[in-house]
Amino acid sequence: MMTPTGRRKLLSSLFVAFCAGAVLLALIPLALILFFVVSRGILSLNLAFFTHMPTPVGEAGGGMANSIVGTLMLSGLAALMAVPIGVISGIYMSEYAGSRFAAAVRFAADTLNGVPSIVIGLFAYVVAVLPFQQFSAFAGGFALGLMMIPIIARTTEELLLLVPGTMREGALALGATRARAVFSVVLPAALPGIVTGAVLALARIAGETAPLLFTAFNNRFFSTSLRQPISSLTVQVYTYATGPYEDWHRQAWAGALVLVSIVLICSLLARLATRRLERMHARG
Amino acid sequence: MPKSRSRSDTAFRIGTGAFGFLLIALVAGIGIVLAIESMASIQKFGLNFWRTEIWDPVAGEFGALPFIWGTLYSSVLALLIATPIALGIAIFISELCPAALRQPLVFVTELLAAIPSIVYGLWGIFVMVPAVRVLETSLPDAMRKLPLFSGPPLGLGMLSAALILAIMVIPFISSISREVLKSVPPAQREGAYALGATRFEAIRAAVFYARTGIIGAVMLGFGRALGETMAVTMVIGNNPKVALSLFAPQYTMAAVVANEFAEAADKLYLSALVEIGLVLFIITLIINSFSRLLIWSMARTETVTAEPIDAEAAA
Repeated sequence: MMTPTGRRKLLSSLFVAFCAGAVLLALIPLALILFFVVSRGILSLNLAFFTHMPTPVGEAGGGMANSIVGTLMLSGLAALMAVPIGVISGIYMSEYAGSRFAAAVRFAADTLNGVPSIVIGLFAYVVAVLPFQQFSAFAGGFALGLMMIPIIARTTEELLLLVPGTMREGALALGATRARAVFSVVLPAALPGIVTGAVLALARIAGETAPLLFTAFNNRFFSTSLRQPISSLTVQVYTYATGPYEDWHRQAWAGALVLVSIVLICSLLARLATRRLERMHARG
Repeated sequence: MPKSRSRSDTAFRIGTGAFGFLLIALVAGIGIVLAIESMASIQKFGLNFWRTEIWDPVAGEFGALPFIWGTLYSSVLALLIATPIALGIAIFISELCPAALRQPLVFVTELLAAIPSIVYGLWGIFVMVPAVRVLETSLPDAMRKLPLFSGPPLGLGMLSAALILAIMVIPFISSISREVLKSVPPAQREGAYALGATRFEAIRAAVFYARTGIIGAVMLGFGRALGETMAVTMVIGNNPKVALSLFAPQYTMAAVVANEFAEAADKLYLSALVEIGLVLFIITLIINSFSRLLIWSMARTETVTAEPIDAEAAA
């Protein structure tokens, strides 16, 4: 027979084991995904993948040069739109943190962040495709930009709030206007962190597929025109993955490897950067 | 204060505020634009749109019940799988694990959240679905008679969708739960230990204290699961039929929009798909707002009750 205390201790140990097991359980799919993406992707990943166009069906080889350029362009467009809007609304939220309107903006940012990506795609279609009767790189960049705005805004806000209030007060006491204090003192202090956040947001946006399906659409040909449909790594991987050909599947895995590498490299860089920032703050 | 300076400050406030207003306008704009575009479908079908099961665009019949069913069913199943695991992870990282292990574990779980949806989908189609098919065929015949496991074991279907969704929402739920647990005052656990509690009992006290925030975290995961598109589209089988069976290929709201929107030719068809998007937008909006409210109220009560304790400790 077990004593009540014994039973409680056993239950406690079982619980600890369950929690550790949960961690291991979550690591399994991560390890499996990384394993398959790397081992299968590496087979088709070569220089030609980055420099060549897709070959016609049935012909082996070829690459995804047009999709890679497309993803770069779409992410660039998104950043061009989202960074100014995100940073300035972030400044507003942190400078007037206590006000009701700032709370409303914060709520809107969180809401926008939670809007399903496919719904963002629908909205961008109605606003940026329908009036011109034309799928375009511009519409795709607009859709991705919409997704990027709330991430940039919230990151900027959080990082600005971390800047010691004494720095702002110092600038104001020297007679600086609010704008001067923010743009010359507070914002530069938070800039490394904001750049890190923007890089992470960019990595996330580059991996989006759903908002591009009916905005940027896809393009078999090399295009850098903003007014034409454009290919992207994600949409191309989707096309290849759901297609019937062995060769397409190989290309899809290679595309996935590139996508995962982008994410991995950005996260690692961001982590190193945050570490350095933390150390600087600790010292300073 | 010189007048020009106060004028400059007002301009700054209005100038930056305008960008903030833009965010609010965007959220409202999404709702309004989608509502206008789905008018044709709303007027033609009314509420029957959500009550009928036949989806036959060629014949002009649009019933969205299978999609809302598939979306809710897959998300609920995913949460049933993901919640205990995600909470286990959150508790392990915030309460149990050695400090040296904490940062790496946080990084790894965040990596799980950073992998693009399309990569999950690709892996799902070529690795997970075949494995699920093997699992389904190996189920004993006696169990196959149950409605939950009826139908041919295809691999593509509700079970695969629920599994991939679960994997995808685990990092969300666990990272927010971890934040919430972090905000529980240490006195809660210390008090429990002082009364002779075991580790489990002390953590249970902390979790109970944080319950509102944890429910919020789970609901936020629910919102994510409802709107998840690519991975689910690739593994659920895309068949607009309401079915209880985990083996049955089904369809979700996000998936039908992703698959059919670019090809939809006539106006009513497009409008019907936009209406599905509109409802998805409204559902996620409500769920996200409610869960943020829960998490926020948790954070607020925390500061209220924690302060006197901290003050005593400081004294």
